[in-house]
Amino acid sequence: MGELRLMKGNEVIAEAAIRYGCDGYFGYPITPQSEVIELLMAQRPWETTGMVVLQAESEIASIHMVYGAAGCGKRVMTSSSSPGISLMAEGISYIAGCELPCVIVNVQRGGPGLGTIQPSQADYNQATKGGGHGDYSLLVLAPASVQEMHDFVGLAFDLAYKYRNPVMILADGVIGQMMEKVELMDQRPRWTDHQLKEITGNWATYGKTRDREKHVITSLELDSNIMEDNNLRLQAKYKRMKEEDVRYEAISCEDAEYVLVAFGCAARICQKTVQIARGQGYKIGLLRPITLFPFPEKAIAEMAGRIKGFLTVEFNAGQMVNDVRLAANGKTKVEYFGRMGGILPTPDEVEKALFQTLIGG
Amino acid sequence: MSDVAERIKNIIKPENLIYSKSPVLNDVTMHYCPGCSHGVVHKLIAEVIDEMGIQEQTIGVSPVGCAVFAYNYIDIDWSEAAHGRAPAVATGIKRIMPEKTVFTYQGDGDLAAIGTAETIHAVNRGENIVMIFINNAIYGMTGGQMAPTTLLGQVTATTPYGRNADLNGYPLKITELIAQLPGAAFVTRQSVHTPGAVRKAKKAIRKAFEISQKNIGTSFVEIVSTCNSGWKMTPVASNDWMVANMFPLFPIGDLKDGAKDSTEPYNVQI
Repeated sequence: MGELRLMKGNEVIAEAAIRYGCDGYFGYPITPQSEVIELLMAQRPWETTGMVVLQAESEIASIHMVYGAAGCGKRVMTSSSSPGISLMAEGISYIAGCELPCVIVNVQRGGPGLGTIQPSQADYNQATKGGGHGDYSLLVLAPASVQEMHDFVGLAFDLAYKYRNPVMILADGVIGQMMEKVELMDQRPRWTDHQLKEITGNWATYGKTRDREKHVITSLELDSNIMEDNNLRLQAKYKRMKEEDVRYEAISCEDAEYVLVAFGCAARICQKTVQIARGQGYKIGLLRPITLFPFPEKAIAEMAGRIKGFLTVEFNAGQMVNDVRLAANGKTKVEYFGRMGGILPTPDEVEKALFQTLIGG
Repeated sequence: MSDVAERIKNIIKPENLIYSKSPVLNDVTMHYCPGCSHGVVHKLIAEVIDEMGIQEQTIGVSPVGCAVFAYNYIDIDWSEAAHGRAPAVATGIKRIMPEKTVFTYQGDGDLAAIGTAETIHAVNRGENIVMIFINNAIYGMTGGQMAPTTLLGQVTATTPYGRNADLNGYPLKITELIAQLPGAAFVTRQSVHTPGAVRKAKKAIRKAFEISQKNIGTSFVEIVSTCNSGWKMTPVASNDWMVANMFPLFPIGDLKDGAKDSTEPYNVQI
């Protein structure tokens, strides 16, 4: 058993990054995720593991520092919240286009614009449909507990290097700010130069040695045929993600007549709704997508053939509901319930919405 | 005739060689217009890297603009940055691999318009990098639009009646701004329009790279340059126009020569 602590979700991101052997963090403070960089600066990991931590002048600079450092093959990350992620969209598109591995954490707050510092899930579309320009996808993980904030840092780095693709941890203000018990991993060493060369030596920029051609990190290609091939290679990679790395949790779905679909903090509330409704004799289940991209389309399609309806519960105006409808493909009803502006419904309110939209009575 | 050919053949021998292309400069045709300053500056950077023996430890950051393809010409590892973000990309590389030599190569739009924040903050942090700044007072790649350094009265595609201070603001002397920053170690302005100027520019670039080995702050080298295609002039007329019009506003010479300011805290009660 690893070390047990009571920690905030944001603090755990920082702690897990150090313990996983992350090489560098570049970020800019924004509510509600500033604890990430505050804890990193307080821990001074550059004196222990050698991890670099730098407060940049903006989110734009942060993501391009990540671009430069990730191009060196190193395991680097940034974190921000919704308006900051919008500023990073340029750099994220370049990182995806250059196929660089890195981890980006979005502790979502409400929008649009400056919006609110209260929690939200309104960046679902931005995270899962690209967010920046061009045909690209992030691999998106949605933690629903402080423990998952911890576990997903390492998982995100592993997936980022498996696919040479940016991975986003799409959290929200609730998961970032709440405190829970967490079991921390033991300290791991950062990659040695030898490991680094083995894993990234054939593409990273670490200085051109005589025995190889120069390495160039670029997304630019003016030959249309090659550029199309580059895009096809990206699409093949996203297809492989759909085949190999869909993750979800199905709670009480085996005999369910109605299934709630929710991620992150909404899933925590829905878990309670399922308990309450089951206690009243209703056969309700919960499907919690853990990867929002790749989305658990097959699981939803399979359930759609045997249940009476899905209700997506999301703290936005109804974004994931479209992906559920596409997956269900008309085989069953798909309804949406959500709140915005930082308002979180109680489990009873979710149950009420379930009755109003699907069960009736 | 064959006698002349025989005599030339006798002259072309290794022992008679007085100049050769640096092996760090790739043997490819450059896309730059004849008369453009980029090719000369590329050559100087390649020669400096070669002469200092730092090819294996140097990583270049190329910009968006005409020099986007710098990575095709100088035989080192490169990271191609988004428009204006080269100083942030270079910061990421240098911080994560402090033992490497890192430089950016940027035009006026990249460094002094869209990337002003990244430029100023990289220098203000005293990042131990070299920044090469090509100032030709126009946007070359996109077809000759106004740059932040375009002169008042200068005609461009977006200032067809000449740059007007009330409408377009003033030409930005960013190198003077940079020289005020405590993180800057060496700030200089050079040109490459005569053999003498080329020699001086090379000396300045060499000094900038040498300073970056010492980790005493940012080195910043502006090269006042020509863009004869953008200016719609012959290369020779461009050189004359640059001397007559740009040098008065962007005078050649060193602006800061030393090291970044003291890092001791002052006026802070802890």
